[in-house]
Amino acid sequence: MTTITAPRPTAQGSRQSYVVADAITMLRRNLLHMIRYPGLSVFTIVGPVVILLMFVFVFGGTLGAGLPGVDPAGGREAYLAYVMPGILAITIAGTAGGTATTVSMDMTEGITARFRTMAISRAAVLAGHVLGNTIQAIIAVALVLAVGVLIGFRPTATPLEWLAAFGLIALIAFSITWLAVGMGMQAKSVETASNLPLLLVLLPFLGSGFVPTESMPAGLQFFAEYQPFTPMVETLRGLLLGTPLGWNALLALGWCVLITIIGYVWSMVIYERKSVRA
Amino acid sequence: MTTTAIAVHGLRKHYGSKIVLDNVDLTVTAGTVTALLGPNGAGKTTTVHILSTLVRPDAGSLTVAGCDVVRDPDGVRAAIGLTGQFSAVDGLLTGEENLLLMARLRHLGAKRGAARVAELLEQFDLVEAARKPLATYSGGMRRRLDLAMTLVAAPSVIFLDEPTTGLDPRSRHTMWDIVRDLVAEGTTVLLTTQHLEEADQLADHIAVLDGGRIVADGTPDELKSLVPGGHIRLRFADAAALDTAARLLDKSEADDTGLTLTVPSAGGVGALRAVLDRLDAGHLEVVDLSIHTPDLDDVFFALTGAKTVPGRADRKERES
Repeated sequence: MTTITAPRPTAQGSRQSYVVADAITMLRRNLLHMIRYPGLSVFTIVGPVVILLMFVFVFGGTLGAGLPGVDPAGGREAYLAYVMPGILAITIAGTAGGTATTVSMDMTEGITARFRTMAISRAAVLAGHVLGNTIQAIIAVALVLAVGVLIGFRPTATPLEWLAAFGLIALIAFSITWLAVGMGMQAKSVETASNLPLLLVLLPFLGSGFVPTESMPAGLQFFAEYQPFTPMVETLRGLLLGTPLGWNALLALGWCVLITIIGYVWSMVIYERKSVRA
Repeated sequence: MTTTAIAVHGLRKHYGSKIVLDNVDLTVTAGTVTALLGPNGAGKTTTVHILSTLVRPDAGSLTVAGCDVVRDPDGVRAAIGLTGQFSAVDGLLTGEENLLLMARLRHLGAKRGAARVAELLEQFDLVEAARKPLATYSGGMRRRLDLAMTLVAAPSVIFLDEPTTGLDPRSRHTMWDIVRDLVAEGTTVLLTTQHLEEADQLADHIAVLDGGRIVADGTPDELKSLVPGGHIRLRFADAAALDTAARLLDKSEADDTGLTLTVPSAGGVGALRAVLDRLDAGHLEVVDLSIHTPDLDDVFFALTGAKTVPGRADRKERES
């Protein structure tokens, strides 16, 4: 055996400064996973595209004709414009499944326990997942949006509004991913981890994503109007298509911050407690 | 001069109402191998997890590499490496990528990191497999990679939790050689094992853990001297010869069904010759003879009251 030339670990004082470097290292690892195993990433794009095509070409004519102030003859085009922000929302929600799955796989692989025995910031390990999956979600949204444009979606946004829409999408993806990390950590097995986030995909359907909330029965309407995805979808709609924004932008931002905090705290607590297999 | 790498005093841990560790004391001298030997559920893994900062102790004072495990976990983490029972490798990356990941997380810098990775791949015989996905690795290769990842930053204290469980004999010997090399370079090793042979082969010092308590502690030779297990076993052709021999030899124990006679012996040629002379004098023909010197098996059974030989009859299966 050759002599060990590696230096002994560095002094204790400089540890904090490694958080960013470690987060980037973990991000690289997660991006490498995505490139190496693109199956999960492809699925997060194909799912929303299928739903988009189905809603526009199967239900779109009738649903569009029912939208307030729409000429029944142009129902399908009107519905495509209406549904697109909702589709983008479920695209983001859909990536949560992949995040939770990869996080849960990490926990069972034992590599998370290894990370915990090293002087790496806990936040860095989880941030690697969050950043990687946020990037993946943004790519997925861009591709789904491209399919939308291909079948006739014509946003009216100014460059500044595009920028704002992009920022909001990134923020939603960031917050949902933190929540998904928590779900992945909480899950007892990889199977449960991939199921739990499915609830998130359902949420945009129970909001203003696919039909106006006014058309729903009273109880459901109440839920639809106050759940987090509704202001997010309404803000995207406002930015891309010029519908009135009202308080929605502020509400959407508030929800993003709140979900991020919940996901962050949840994940960190479990990380401390759970990354050893008893 | 000897320095202490690991010092444990009054360590206690319980899960619910189950007491896992009950007042454990343990001292490991720097640059030596200490084996924590014990049957399943003795608390070996819990001890290692507590010392490697994965699990918090309920009580006790613990220092590893001069840092307090509870108050300065990051100080401990900077000095240790852990290779656990469950492979802690990234199954989606190649072997080389796994090692590079560790080099980055240990902040070796790009150039030094790459050099260290190349060195470890060479040393652990993983050069050919370096760029292959882990799915193609055998159990022994995975375990070697696992240990190589632990060693990227040359930790001064290494915990090996059942390092050879599930390995074939050849891989086990490779692993033993690696451990010996590490110690030769001055690394401190605390390993847990259920294999008595492994403890005997590697350890300078053995602590026998049973039911959450240290029941014996010492060098392998000191432990062996604790139990008088040496004997000569003789087998005879028929019951008559067995009976005669049993009468000739003091303190012997006859086993009628196996036609064998067990004679206590301190070992040595003289003792053996004395037994054979007596048998010759009685004109008795011995069919088979075996000499049994006390080994850690005897120590283990005497101390832990285990019914089966751990690590053989009762080997812990790897969970998938």
